[in-house]
Amino acid sequence: MKAALTILLTAILTENFVLAKFLGICPFLGVSKKLNTAVGMSASVIFVMALATAVTYPINKFLLVANGLEYLQTIVFILVIAALVQLVEIILKKFMPPLYNALGIYLPLITTNCAVLGVVLLNITKEYNFAQSMLNSVGAGLGFMLAMVIFSGVRSRLERCDVPKFLQGLPIVLIAASLVSVSFMGFAGLVDGLFA
Amino acid sequence: MPQFRQQEVRTLAEKKSLGKEFTKGLISENPVLRLVLGTCPTLATSTSVVNALGMGISAMIVLVCSNIVISALRKVIPSKVRIPAYIVVIASFVTIVQMIVKAFVPALDASLGVFLPLIVVNCIILGRAEAFAGKNSIVASAVDGLGMGIGFTMALCCMASIREILGAGTFLAGAQSLLSLFGENTLNGFDGFTLIGEGSAISPMMIFILAPGGFFTFGILMACANKIAEKKGKPRAGLGGCSACPMAKNCAILAKGENCEEKKEEAQA
Repeated sequence: MKAALTILLTAILTENFVLAKFLGICPFLGVSKKLNTAVGMSASVIFVMALATAVTYPINKFLLVANGLEYLQTIVFILVIAALVQLVEIILKKFMPPLYNALGIYLPLITTNCAVLGVVLLNITKEYNFAQSMLNSVGAGLGFMLAMVIFSGVRSRLERCDVPKFLQGLPIVLIAASLVSVSFMGFAGLVDGLFA
Repeated sequence: MPQFRQQEVRTLAEKKSLGKEFTKGLISENPVLRLVLGTCPTLATSTSVVNALGMGISAMIVLVCSNIVISALRKVIPSKVRIPAYIVVIASFVTIVQMIVKAFVPALDASLGVFLPLIVVNCIILGRAEAFAGKNSIVASAVDGLGMGIGFTMALCCMASIREILGAGTFLAGAQSLLSLFGENTLNGFDGFTLIGEGSAISPMMIFILAPGGFFTFGILMACANKIAEKKGKPRAGLGGCSACPMAKNCAILAKGENCEEKKEEAQA
């Protein structure tokens, strides 16, 4: 239990995917203007991350490692994730139209999202077992959601501010992201301290 | 004789346009600061100049090779499955580069970590495949890839210099790990400069090599690039630069966030 909570909290707070590890910056900057799109995007990311981990873990363990083909990880994983996203889209469209209407538009964007491939590869470098990998993936997705939701709030305030002309647009958004990132640095050591 | 002259004129024009393909990636269409592509590796690997150089060169090799292959296959690949086909080509070259780096520059492999295999989802590479290599000749695509790759490396090094000097007080620290490619103790074992030493009165601003410093430096650099672009009468950089990306249509709809349902149907139609 303690170990599980440590993995989850580390992935959400101290090693936040967006604000500490710089994975998934494109959707973080591109889709965080409105709260509803931010939540929709992050919900799809959590879903795909969990699914991708559940599928790639056995492939890696029983197909690649068992046959000494670890060097094919990058190619196999990106193809599996791309095919998986397509498949999920088709299944949702056919059997769960309400869910498809909510998440459908975000799914194709996720194929080339580095956060999904990133979490799968990080699970392997950290040598997690299946349960730990799943926890880490869900935690990373929740961390992504937390960052997106907080940042969409910051951005809606930012739009009403009088920003110096040369900082308008993306520069001020990046500087705001830097301040949010500083606040997340405050969590450093929290997880170790919690269970000490 | 006139025919000969015509041919000469044509080759000259081709050379000129090739030059243009090369230089556009350096400044006017710089992938990082003007098109805002590949932000993840830019922020993550610009903690030191050596990391930035390693990342830039690796991405450049992948970009040039994948551009050449995709351009050569552009008449063979059906347009419906072109994105998966591009991803396979790119992933193969990423794997090759990854193996080479692991074998010859293990220190770089350790410091780039997961971002080396993640070149495969770097939108600069897929974006150039979609926007340029899928439509142009092999030579032009190779030149375009080289220009964009050098532009990416330049922007990364620029950002990394600021972060390393302010954040760690060094410049080119760990250069030996790259130089060792040319044999042991190249340049008399040069391993970077130390600008702020242990005993000096000031200490470096650590925050610049941490995550917040990355966002901040990127924001300020982009503001400077916008200022220069505005003086030359060009538009400011925005996420609109991803128009080259195959996913741009969906992204643009989401960014506007209005009438999502209607536009989704339009996009699908």
